Amino acid sequence: MSYVAYADRDHEQEHHDPDTFITKYIWSQDHKVIAIQYGITAIFVGLIALGLSAMMRLQLGFPDEFSFINPENYYQFITMHGMIMVIYLLTALFLGGFGNYLIPLMCGSRDMVFPFMNMLSYWVYLLSVIVLIISFFVPGGSTGAGWTLYPPQAISPGTPGIDLGILLMLGSLALFIVAFTMGGLNYVTTVLQARCKGMTLMRMPLSVWGIFIATILGLLAFPALLVSAIMMLFDKLLHTSFFMPAISVMGMDPGYSGGSPILFQHLFWFFGHPEVYIVALPAFGIVSDLISTHARKNIFGYRMMIWAIIMIGGLSFIVWAHHMYVSGMNPYFGFFFATTTLIIAVPTAIKVYNWVLTLWEGNIHLRVPMLFSIGFIFTFIHGGLTGLFLGNVTIDLPLSDTYFVVAHFHMVMGVSPVLVVFGAIYHWWPKITGRMYNETLGKWHFWMTFLGTYAIYLPMHYLGFAGVPRRYFAMGNTDFLPDSAQDLNAAITMSALFVAATQILFFVNMIWSLKKGPKSDPNPWDATTLEWQTPDHPPKHGNWGHELPEVHRWAYDYSVPGYADDFIPQNVSADEAPAGRDHEGEH
Amino acid sequence: MTIALGFLAIILATLLGWLLKQTFNAEPWEAAVVSDTAHYGPFGADRSKLIALLGLMAVVSSFFALILSAYALRMELGDWVPMTEPQLLWTNTVMLIVASGALQWTRNAAVNDQQGRLRPGLLITGVLTLGFVLGQFIAWQQLQNSGQFITSNPANGFFYFLTGAHAVHILGGLYVWARATLKVVLGTGDATTTRRSIELCTIYWHFLLLVWLVLFGLLLST
Repeated sequence: MSYVAYADRDHEQEHHDPDTFITKYIWSQDHKVIAIQYGITAIFVGLIALGLSAMMRLQLGFPDEFSFINPENYYQFITMHGMIMVIYLLTALFLGGFGNYLIPLMCGSRDMVFPFMNMLSYWVYLLSVIVLIISFFVPGGSTGAGWTLYPPQAISPGTPGIDLGILLMLGSLALFIVAFTMGGLNYVTTVLQARCKGMTLMRMPLSVWGIFIATILGLLAFPALLVSAIMMLFDKLLHTSFFMPAISVMGMDPGYSGGSPILFQHLFWFFGHPEVYIVALPAFGIVSDLISTHARKNIFGYRMMIWAIIMIGGLSFIVWAHHMYVSGMNPYFGFFFATTTLIIAVPTAIKVYNWVLTLWEGNIHLRVPMLFSIGFIFTFIHGGLTGLFLGNVTIDLPLSDTYFVVAHFHMVMGVSPVLVVFGAIYHWWPKITGRMYNETLGKWHFWMTFLGTYAIYLPMHYLGFAGVPRRYFAMGNTDFLPDSAQDLNAAITMSALFVAATQILFFVNMIWSLKKGPKSDPNPWDATTLEWQTPDHPPKHGNWGHELPEVHRWAYDYSVPGYADDFIPQNVSADEAPAGRDHEGEH
Repeated sequence: MTIALGFLAIILATLLGWLLKQTFNAEPWEAAVVSDTAHYGPFGADRSKLIALLGLMAVVSSFFALILSAYALRMELGDWVPMTEPQLLWTNTVMLIVASGALQWTRNAAVNDQQGRLRPGLLITGVLTLGFVLGQFIAWQQLQNSGQFITSNPANGFFYFLTGAHAVHILGGLYVWARATLKVVLGTGDATTTRRSIELCTIYWHFLLLVWLVLFGLLLST
């Protein structure tokens, strides 16, 4: 691989800038272009998943009103909505999108260490998305096994898409994991090897820390999904009995013997729980930087924040069975996993306190990215607190598989990371495109999304308490539920449709900005991190022109006493800082 | 899942130890002059491929540790019938050990700049490794002929899965080996790049040998 040395190269200008449309925008090896490719693809599939959720809500809010939604479709919508949102949207967008864009720029590198592998990573990801989309159109349709794909029902008659649907799903996941591994090894190596001079690990912005640790989690956890996918493929195609027990299906013997569905659950959640943090940690990191920048204040407890990220990452591997309390596990195991789950609340709470303490007496600018960040703190606290309920075995048992769970995980790993995604897009949009968006429209987008999602998910907690089970197509005659539960469902559906429609504001704003938005300053937020200090705006191929930057300080020198400006960029040395007072001993 | 957890604990502890050294006592908000080596990883500025290889090995180990965890869990269920492994596996194992040794010998030659030894060393490694893969395939054939199919029993299922997955990783290694060998045979590529390629191949070969020995030991003992 002759590309390797590229990121290490310093002052040489021998690299050839891509000049044709194809090498610049299609087969590009530039991390910024790849990031945008990842971002657009992820948002595109995310919109499909949003559409699927609207269909589900139509059925739940107004049962039997829509003839085109039948039970089979409904299960397919549920499955694909969950799978796309968690893996193909959030994982891909945070790591493939933001990871790709931010790591080299924030670390002061010219590109990822292995640009060719980076390009390959995107194209394999795109292939996995294409395979996923094809599964909608094959005979039998996509799989309807739920995003957890539990056997035996995932490959047994009665579930939609047990032929090509599930095969394409598993194949697509395998491709995604290959793509992620190529990308992930790149991100880790780039963070470790390609930082510019002076950029120690402890001077890195928290965004990079979050993405870095999340990538390590992904690299170690995705193999569990791969193993379970391969073994399920064997069970489906070759009739092995890894997971499939001896069962009779519709009076027929499908020929399986003695396999363990619980084994699948262990493998799946060994991946599935770290996956929550693969999505959350980049969000934690990014939101820390957004809050610090827009509050003009250094992040409170920087070192604590890093160690909280690391601790959450480590602990996330020993909590997986809290997803399986109802699987009939040994009570001592349940106790163990409940304990580890509650322990993980400690570093998480530290992070929340630190965000709030960063805001405390800060010079808060309520710009759009800041609104989304503060919104995230709200939704994350709410989702986190319900996690404490569900982490306890005794509380989880009655609430398991009710709408309380749906409300919890949508709040904590649906709405929260998505708010950060929006905040991050609004924050870095001027750097990516060189243009500003309409601030007013952005604020409308925030308030309608934020309040709208509360209108969706807060009532779901009550539905859960009332005992409404999740994943049901229709409730039928259920005496224990009052009629008002249906009214609430109708209201939730209206809110969901409203929030979905609101997202048009975002796209209108961004498309308008691309065409007619005013040109932005190179550093419109007066931020300290390196990506705002590039010689070109937006940064060109190679990022830094002739010379790599040199870092002299950490990423959070905001409102340092004694300086003219309220920020000092990372690449400004003590001698160069405006107002000229000695930097040392100023804190 | 104890196996997977134990393995993860080792990886995370290693990482944590290194991170602690990097971050402990650092007070990044204080102005400080940092050393010139503080902005790259533990093996030097130009060892990106080595870092990526170690990362890949961690991923592959995680993959196999998880299969072994599944193996241990599945084994406890009632329908497990231990399998008799084909004798051929012993021959294959010897071939892989010698291949690993040959590559180590080649690597030493590359480090000592004995260019003449590279070609035979690499070729011997390749032939023996291909021999190993072929041998595994023949072992599969022998099993099939004796009526031991992948569906016969979960023990058989795991045998085919483990050996197959391992062979796929070997084939991946052979792709990189082929690139390095081509460079040596055609005389393209400078001595440093070639040496580095061979060094990385050697690490990967030893690693896959170790994985195989663990797998083989487990298959024999259960």
